[in-house]
Amino acid sequence: MKHAIATLCGALLLGAAAAAAASGGADLRLEPALVNRLDDASLQRGARTFINYCLNCHSAKYMRYNRLTDLGIDLAMVQDNLVFTGRFDPKSPKFEWLPTKVGDTMTIAMQPADAKEWLKVTPPDLSVEARVRGADWLYNYFLGFYRDDSAASGWNNLVFPNVGMPHVLWQSGGVNRLVSTEYEDHEKAQAAAIAARSLVLLAPGKDHKYVVESLVPETPGTLSPTEYKQMVGDLVNFMDYMSEPAKNTRIRLGLVVLLYLGLLFVFAYWLKHEYWKDVH
Amino acid sequence: MEKILNWIDARFPLTALWESQWGKYVAPKNFNFWYYFGSLAAFVLVIQIVTGIFLTMNYKPDAAKAFESVEYIMRDVSWGWLIRYMHSTGASMFFVVVYLHMFRALMYGSYRKPRELTWIFGCLIYLCLMGEAFFGYLLPWGQMSYWGAQVIVNLFSAVPVIGEDLSIWIRGDYTISDITLNRFFAFHVIAMPLVLLGIVMAHLMALHETGSNNPDGVEIKKQPKDPATGLPLDGIYSHPYYTVKDLVGVVVFLAVFSVIVFFVPDMGGYFLEANNFIPADPLKTPEHIAPVWYFTPFYAMLRAVPSFLGSQVWGVIVMGVAVVILFFLPWLDRSPVKSIRYRGTLYKAWLAAFVVAFLVLGYLGVVPVTVWGQFADGFPLYAADRATVVARVLTVVYFLFFLLMPWYTAIDRTKPVPDRVTG
Repeated sequence: MKHAIATLCGALLLGAAAAAAASGGADLRLEPALVNRLDDASLQRGARTFINYCLNCHSAKYMRYNRLTDLGIDLAMVQDNLVFTGRFDPKSPKFEWLPTKVGDTMTIAMQPADAKEWLKVTPPDLSVEARVRGADWLYNYFLGFYRDDSAASGWNNLVFPNVGMPHVLWQSGGVNRLVSTEYEDHEKAQAAAIAARSLVLLAPGKDHKYVVESLVPETPGTLSPTEYKQMVGDLVNFMDYMSEPAKNTRIRLGLVVLLYLGLLFVFAYWLKHEYWKDVH
Repeated sequence: MEKILNWIDARFPLTALWESQWGKYVAPKNFNFWYYFGSLAAFVLVIQIVTGIFLTMNYKPDAAKAFESVEYIMRDVSWGWLIRYMHSTGASMFFVVVYLHMFRALMYGSYRKPRELTWIFGCLIYLCLMGEAFFGYLLPWGQMSYWGAQVIVNLFSAVPVIGEDLSIWIRGDYTISDITLNRFFAFHVIAMPLVLLGIVMAHLMALHETGSNNPDGVEIKKQPKDPATGLPLDGIYSHPYYTVKDLVGVVVFLAVFSVIVFFVPDMGGYFLEANNFIPADPLKTPEHIAPVWYFTPFYAMLRAVPSFLGSQVWGVIVMGVAVVILFFLPWLDRSPVKSIRYRGTLYKAWLAAFVVAFLVLGYLGVVPVTVWGQFADGFPLYAADRATVVARVLTVVYFLFFLLMPWYTAIDRTKPVPDRVTG
């Protein structure tokens, strides 16, 4: 019986795998993101990058500035170095400048309706973006930009084709060019994709051929490729933190709760064992 | 203490109620692993009500603020993230324990005479729970909340003649909107829980009237009484024996529950879907809309049924009947024995087929119909989606389990049931 079940399961799995291989859609190989939720220095660098580069078009309206103290920064430092926004006070006769308070959320000056008109799409709020996309996707997205003169912004992306956003970090990361190579069959294409050891897209091409697309640097940026990956890793690390600021507390508390339940189990089981002696 | 109790008992049957419902309730002594899930379902119900109360204190049922208020709970409310994760995990775990509880009833024939009403109340609980989960899922107001509700409410528009009006009546609007959110909130936090609690009480009262079944399907009430204790030979008091046993179950369950809450609250997208972290956008339909996992077997059936006579209503009918048919189980089963232990191969084979069908349908309901590609050239079903064909076959298997039951349970070769329970 057991043998029969095992055989049946095996057959089902093989069938499913064969079907998946035969369906032959585009296959994007992502590099795993270099993130570490416990690395405060990385999170701080990520916060700096986020606030300097992203928080102009994108808001993070559920994230409070003072929450950044989670990352080991004190409030004064946040106020002095990370809060750049503010507004003119409409009630004051002199139209005084009111800087954003440290307890405020990370909003931006651009109105969604204006953004729609200027940029064709409203850049999404990024508070929980990492929970939508996942850290790996975001990491590769930042590595996936390449020069494309046919696009309105002059940029395109391997991970997010025809993306509206330009390569905001191009000065650091440099300019990449897209390289497409055609292969006779799926196996050769797959071997090439694996050999590339970086972000590649394997897609069905014309005449039953397969295309492998990858990026090559054209103009270097101010950072080396390794440094740029570190910068992007820090940024993604921060975005991941921001999408769920309670994550570290959650995991730490979880261990304590499980230890407690383990102890409770011993007593509960002992109690049951003692009472059930009468029954057995 | 005794004086106070006497004072109350003279005015309200407190002691009598406690003794009839639990304290002096006599249960078979051979409950196994599968008998934990009843008390666990009650436990999850309590978790859901308590965490729900706290969520309501900060949640705003307003299309402009709902998503924001959930993020507010996750970030700015003290322990809000824990309360929210407990509630979202509790919703899925409720279905896990209820499905296991129902499977137990199938295995040991707990729905058979004289427990038909316990079974029917249980089915009503299941229906209610589906409603409760559906209404609750709209509240975070994410993309999946919105489009999931849109798809389900649109099902009603497939009903001939009145369909369109019916779906507008349910939504209170032409699309899912703030008005829909408000009424779903009302259903989720008061209407459904109120009904649910009532039926749960009826379920327990009916059970405690007939007494519990057990893995052997032996009626302990028909056994001679033990002269020393006055209880049936295989009966023991629930309290303290099952109190302490269920306590162990609760602790183990809490450990599993905590692993999810603290380490994988999204459960890889099955408990909290990634798309639901995008605020609801009526102008942007997600590429792939799938309901939460506990509805997917029925959703797979809905998708599998082809349109016929120019109407999609058949899929809706099949989906509805798939749930309603459960109510008839006590009268479909003609076997002389209750428990799977004494049933023959036919019933065992059908139950296995039913479980496989339910699980695979559940999987197919999560994934797009193109998941296994199309049938190739030369095959009779050329170009049909493989997954759709499999879902159709399994839908038939699901229904045959019930429809053929009067026949295969009647002719099945059963084993003799002993007078006493076996271990």
